[in-house]
Amino acid sequence: MMTSAAPLLDVQHLSVSFGGPSPAVDDVTFQIAAGETLGVVGESGSGKSVTAFSILRLLQPPGRITGGTILFEGRNLLALSEAEMRDVRGARISLIFQEPMTALNPVMRVGDQIAEALTVHGRPRSQARARAIELLDAVKIPDAARRARDYPHQLSGGMRQRAMIAIALACHPPLVIADEPTTALDVTIQAQVLDLLRELRTRFNLALLLITHDFGVIAEMADRVAVMYRGRLVEEGPVRQILRSPVHEYTQNLLAAVPGMPTHGGNGR
Amino acid sequence: MALLEVSGLSKHFVRTPGLFGKKSIVKAVDGVSFSIDEGEMFGLVGESGSGKSTTGRCILRLMEPTAGDVRFKGENVLGFSRERMRRARRDMQIVFQDPYSSLNPRMRVRDIVEEPLVIHQLGSRDERRTRVRELFELVGLEPSHLERYPHEFSGGQRQRVGIARALALNPAFVIADEAVSALDVSIQAQVVKLLLDLQQQLKLTYLFIAHDLRLVEHICGRVAVMYRGRIVEMGDTTAIFANPTHPYTKALLSAIPVLDPDAPRTRIALDPASFDAAASLREIGAGHWAAV
Repeated sequence: MMTSAAPLLDVQHLSVSFGGPSPAVDDVTFQIAAGETLGVVGESGSGKSVTAFSILRLLQPPGRITGGTILFEGRNLLALSEAEMRDVRGARISLIFQEPMTALNPVMRVGDQIAEALTVHGRPRSQARARAIELLDAVKIPDAARRARDYPHQLSGGMRQRAMIAIALACHPPLVIADEPTTALDVTIQAQVLDLLRELRTRFNLALLLITHDFGVIAEMADRVAVMYRGRLVEEGPVRQILRSPVHEYTQNLLAAVPGMPTHGGNGR
Repeated sequence: MALLEVSGLSKHFVRTPGLFGKKSIVKAVDGVSFSIDEGEMFGLVGESGSGKSTTGRCILRLMEPTAGDVRFKGENVLGFSRERMRRARRDMQIVFQDPYSSLNPRMRVRDIVEEPLVIHQLGSRDERRTRVRELFELVGLEPSHLERYPHEFSGGQRQRVGIARALALNPAFVIADEAVSALDVSIQAQVVKLLLDLQQQLKLTYLFIAHDLRLVEHICGRVAVMYRGRIVEMGDTTAIFANPTHPYTKALLSAIPVLDPDAPRTRIALDPASFDAAASLREIGAGHWAAV
């Protein structure tokens, strides 16, 4: 699973506090190798999204990182200046959200939003437009040149999610953080988006930090799985090991609650 | 025996796009027929916009259907007067997806659960209070929770309050409209277990509306699959999941993420040209119907 080279992302002893009595993220350590998909599962409030936002240093106050290091491509992201961090966001690590409608700018054409992602990171404006259409094509939006002129509300939910993936991939980042990327989608559209992510992952050698509560999505996408519970990472390992022979009691209970889970007993129905 | 019989149910909306646009008719529900036996948990599945929630609302006349027939215990629900319908609702209840928006945030939960009894003028004040305590116990809430407000509860507990309220009038039939969809998986399992226990204990009949096919496979004896306002396939859940016949059902079931990382994955894409959208249901096996 891990190559001898340094991992792409190496999170060590990360702790985050929102000022409450218990930390939102408590001494969390994990690594992601280049091209690898790490699935992060856990229930609401377990700290999985907070962990992801900490990596990008996008925590909203009063949330703040109280300890640990986040090594990415050999640099400690927590030691970077805000200007240096802006060069990382979008260009080296990008983010896909659950709800594309809140992430996309409603009054800007989709093609322009992709082009903006490129020009912000120093790509020449002249090439950005053509590249935007290429990207819409890469995420399998039919008739990309025409669709580039659409506003987000003119796209269906599945197409909006593809447009957001196109923006996330614009600068060829080696790491994409996907926070519940298919949760808001119907199951047939989810299947298409997962297929697309899998294809793009191979094509661009993407590493994926995939946050989800759906073990089906985990089984389909993840190489390794990290299970979070109350801010702590309680178990981590290869996907087959976690799904088939989980060691931690919390993971066992969580899996037993999943309807149709074939392992160890299930809920007996 | 059928507790609920729905036949030819339709709900059409007229859409007027702007001042000068041409009116168009959206057939949200289009000639839906099914029946639910007493004590059954009947699943109604489909993707967003397929008309499954509208079907549920039309059955309870929270929305007036455009056409069709709904019979509950043999009586024609759509022919009921306002007053008769009000009484009928004692027997037919609904639990919604989001307990947060369906519970009045400014009422204590004891009053929320008691309200249906007050509206229907049942019992004395003391009797009602006793009934509320019973209901709390029934759905697994603590008596100490009685004086709290909805925001003081977790999502799963709020859904229990919603269930207690729905059960206050001792209904025979409950529509669960995405009742567990918003809950975390472990909480979802607990609320599902509660619904199943209540089914046994109170001889309840459910219409379980959901988009989570894996869940429906595990708890519903029969299921109907809706696509664009119509039922395209209906029958025993095991038969449909093992042997889907309609192209839409095949595509839908093939899209469910498989929980085994090593299981073969075959996605079946839906080709709308491969079937007649106007075909009516016919019986293709014992109790297995498909619009093919």
